[in-house]
Amino acid sequence: MSGVLVFVEHAAGVADRLSREALVLADSLAASAGGSVEAVLFGSDAAEAVSALGAQGVATAHVVEDGRLEAYAPAAWGAAIAELIDARSPAAVVAGGSDRGQEVLAHVAARTGRPLVTNVVAAIAGTPWRLTRQRWAGSLLEDAELRADVALLTVAPHVVAVDEDTAPATPAAPATPAAPATAVNRIAPRVEARDLVARVTGREAPVAGSISLTDAKVVVGGGRGVGSAEGFGELEELAGLLGGAVGGSRVVTSAGWRPHSDQIGQTGLRIAPDLYIACGISGAIQHIVGCKAAKRILAINTDPDSPIMAAADYAVIGDLHQVVPAISAEIRRRGGG
Amino acid sequence: MEILVCVKRVPSTGGRIVLTPDGQEIDTRYLGFTVSPHEECAVEEAVRIVEGQGGSSAVLTLGPIAAEEQLRDAMAVGIDRAILLETDGREFDPIATSAAIVETVRAQEAARGPFDLILFGNEAADTGDFQVGIRVAVALDRPVVTGIKSLALRDGAAFARREAAGGGWETYDVPLPAVVSVKEGLNLPRYPSVPGRLRAKRKEVERVQPAWSQNGSVKVGLRLPEEDGARVEILGRGPEAASSVVDLLVRIGVIAS
Ligand SMILES: Cc1cc2nc3c(=O)[nH]c(=O)nc-3n(C[C@H](O)[C@H](O)[C@H](O)COP(=O)(O)OP(=O)(O)OC[C@H]3O[C@@H](n4cnc5c(N)ncnc54)[C@H](O)[C@@H]3O)c2cc1C
Ligand SMILES: Nc1ncnc2c1ncn2[C@@H]1O[C@H](COP(=O)(O)O)[C@@H](O)[C@H]1O
Repeated sequence: MSGVLVFVEHAAGVADRLSREALVLADSLAASAGGSVEAVLFGSDAAEAVSALGAQGVATAHVVEDGRLEAYAPAAWGAAIAELIDARSPAAVVAGGSDRGQEVLAHVAARTGRPLVTNVVAAIAGTPWRLTRQRWAGSLLEDAELRADVALLTVAPHVVAVDEDTAPATPAAPATPAAPATAVNRIAPRVEARDLVARVTGREAPVAGSISLTDAKVVVGGGRGVGSAEGFGELEELAGLLGGAVGGSRVVTSAGWRPHSDQIGQTGLRIAPDLYIACGISGAIQHIVGCKAAKRILAINTDPDSPIMAAADYAVIGDLHQVVPAISAEIRRRGGG
Repeated sequence: MEILVCVKRVPSTGGRIVLTPDGQEIDTRYLGFTVSPHEECAVEEAVRIVEGQGGSSAVLTLGPIAAEEQLRDAMAVGIDRAILLETDGREFDPIATSAAIVETVRAQEAARGPFDLILFGNEAADTGDFQVGIRVAVALDRPVVTGIKSLALRDGAAFARREAAGGGWETYDVPLPAVVSVKEGLNLPRYPSVPGRLRAKRKEVERVQPAWSQNGSVKVGLRLPEEDGARVEILGRGPEAASSVVDLLVRIGVIAS
């Protein structure tokens, strides 16, 4: 085939955001490698998700139809993609930078003995391929050359811009008239019992209720400067007045002042609120990679030279235990909250 | 339970990264070293499992001789023994790293019997390749689950949970022996005690010389991402700044005027 094969994840009949990012990168790769973009989809609702892929430039979608592969089974999904590689000989296989994208492509790479380059931000096909990828969760970039018969790549999350207009509002929405329809190829890969040993056997629904950090428009973050679990009361109050959520640095979760699920950064959450208020946080690169997608950052810190100042748009120099309550009081005084 | 944990020595970069003049490495002259928080949780989990169910634990790293420091850190919190796959400082790619780990696992198991569980971090802190654990598992033909934030071993199986994409959890149960890669949040690692540190200092570290190879992807150089260059606007000092902060909140539409 030459061209590019994309592992497309989907929910409720719509391709996931990170998979759409992979499709955008694949489109540009197909332009430089030659050939077309094809997709491979697993699970129920795959057929619905295909209907919108024409607008994303997908010529053919391979839909895996096998009850045993319906539930997520990383090794078996990887085996199915490896089989498709043999059948279609793509120049590259691309996945989004999701847990599953990274995992399934690592299985493909491991079982076929090929290199896998993860978290790619830019790529040009050729001999060798010229790639730029993230290290340190994006605090550092690596330029690399790849020599491989098939380039296996995952795309760094939230770097490639997707045209939200091409994303379908509803799964049932017909492809725009201009977009060519995607041909559907139903496949039944060989499945070995050993590849089904590790598979999803159960699900637990999310706890309903409080605003999640990844969805909040305003996040108030606390670091070592907060000083104690009790100290977070002042941050909770401000977040409450702003309809936001509270998060923190690793120092804070390691000390047990907050649960790990509140941690922002390389080994915690990536947030993208309209406003991030960083209180008593020094701005280590591993923290910044988790909050740099915020539209604006306001730092409250006693130290005007702390590295957070390089990432922040606004700052107040001072003790957060005085500044934060004063902000809450001022909001109340003006009749907010 | 016989458990092996794999950890990687990485620099503790702080506020900003400085590269060497040739752009090939991070300038580590003024930096300390550590392992990924994911791997600290893997170490803690191994110690807890052995405390609870008996058996023994080992820690392995592939790195320069200085990486003994990270092995001793792990032994200081209760890992029983350590294996260093000693390199000459050259970077091993994920294929070479996993091949070296697989060879060592085979040799260890031939000499002492099988590991029930091999623990990895979900991804290394520096290169973030997201694949060494899976490559090792596939080569050893063992089941592997990744991104795990809760783990229980009973009846010869591992019950593991990971966060699902849309929220909530998905669960896996795999028979032992198995490979599990974990994320921070799995547990809250303990700090080493002084006696723990002293004990770790006296312990032997087993040494292996792994073979270096280069397999497809070759680093050309490193560079820092471009910064937006915007300068921070200081709104004020101390509690007196509250009024300008609220003006800002109104201006950017976070609160109604
Ligand atoms: C591989 C790796 C992964 C990591 N992952 C993460 C991650 O996911 N998330 C994360 O956050 N960190 C992570 N870290 C840790 C990170 O390097 C820093 O150690 C951590 O972010 C520092 O937290 P902090 O800013 O709260 O503390 P500190 O660095 O100690 O900073 C405290 C700040 O508070 C200020 N301050 C003190 N008192 C006050 C006061 N009363 N009022 C106002 N300001 C005050 C100080 O001036 C200082 O700037 C990781 C590290 C490694 C090596
Ligand atoms: N040099 C190394 N020595 C020991 N373990 C390693 C090494 N490199 C990677 N690992 C392990 O493999 C995991 C995944 O690494 P990676 O695939 O490089 O992101 C890490 O969290 C470690 O547990």
